[in-house]
Amino acid sequence: MNLNLNRLSRDYSIRAEQLSANPATSDEVLIGRIANGDRLAMQVLFARHHVRVFRFVLRLVRDEAAAEDLISEVFLDVWRQAGKFEGRAQVSTWLLAIARFKALSALRRRPELELDEETAEAIEDTSDTPDVALEKKDKSEILRKCLSGLSAEHREIVDLVYYHEKSVEEVAEIVGIPEATVKTRMFYARKKLAELLKAQGIERGWP
Amino acid sequence: MNAKIKEAQELPEDVELLLPWHAAGTLNRRDAARVEQALANDNELATRYEMVREELGEAIRLNESLGAPSARAMESLFAKIDAEPARKPKVTFSVMAWVTEFVGSFQPRTLAYGATAAALAIVLQAGILAGVFVKEGAVGPQLASYHQNDPTVDGAFVLVRFKPEATVSDITKFLDENKATVVDGPAAGSGLFRLRVAEKPLSQGELGSVVKNMARNPVVGLTVPAAQP
Repeated sequence: MNLNLNRLSRDYSIRAEQLSANPATSDEVLIGRIANGDRLAMQVLFARHHVRVFRFVLRLVRDEAAAEDLISEVFLDVWRQAGKFEGRAQVSTWLLAIARFKALSALRRRPELELDEETAEAIEDTSDTPDVALEKKDKSEILRKCLSGLSAEHREIVDLVYYHEKSVEEVAEIVGIPEATVKTRMFYARKKLAELLKAQGIERGWP
Repeated sequence: MNAKIKEAQELPEDVELLLPWHAAGTLNRRDAARVEQALANDNELATRYEMVREELGEAIRLNESLGAPSARAMESLFAKIDAEPARKPKVTFSVMAWVTEFVGSFQPRTLAYGATAAALAIVLQAGILAGVFVKEGAVGPQLASYHQNDPTVDGAFVLVRFKPEATVSDITKFLDENKATVVDGPAAGSGLFRLRVAEKPLSQGELGSVVKNMARNPVVGLTVPAAQP
């Protein structure tokens, strides 16, 4: 019996290695297997995407423990709904859409998660003068701080475009807004970022 | 109303709105060419593009600095999955997923000259496979659960790897000649297909002669008897 268990465990590990090492095992293939109850395929999909989904959720809810709970809910939905995945969008786009829905639902249930919708103001209220701030931190650091200071709506679109590499169409699908709005929302997010930078003493000459 | 008009007036041209996606490399070829053209002709736009690239770099750094979730997330997920009611395996078949997996199973060099025929052959085989399932009385995305005389379980099977240069007609002819149907594959890594060569299990000798006969066919690179599932 032990021997059989060892063999099973070894076969399982070999299959896991093959599944993760073979680039041919696309996300769509994994979803097909998950729809059939393949726990190992679920493990591979989780390993492949959970960090990015976690970061996306964390930037929205700003609470690590809540973000961890939410990603486990996101992937549980994938386990349950895999049979309904139609393949019209990339699996990563589908995951982010589920993650966004879960994060926003959590924020509605627990408004304390969204500490401040507009952290920007807190940044603008810095006691340092712009010159002092520039002396203390380099431009990159200030830029990252200002990116964090954007509103949730602007943070979301900036992350989807810059970090999650989503096209205009994919962002529209994840956020549930028209493509034209995606472009203008990104423009206004960048404009706000420029204003925050200006308040920190970094004048970019735009907009 | 006035606010909307003001907003519309301050919006730049579409090509400038596309700069973030151009920097991230997510524009389609036509839009990317349009942006490239505009950047080449407009120094001011090129300067703004540099700002976008700067933002892109820092947004990536910021997100990468967020770290990763603890093992608790995975443990919690699989505990919940284990608590879910057991799912009955279904014989499902997705042509797109199969084509993706099959084409991806070739090495790039092999793929260069073998992909087109292989992809076409697969579509044809998908038709054959679907035909088998339809004949067995299970149709559509929910192809019913296992039942008696399941073509993926009952019968005799061999594992075959087709040569990359095999054409559509080569493969269909091979399947016809051997009265074989594809029931699974390609296996991850090996690219092996599982073919059903008889409706009932064959003796070792009988299966051996089927394998020997198949191995003579120039269309296949490898043929071996498959264990009963």
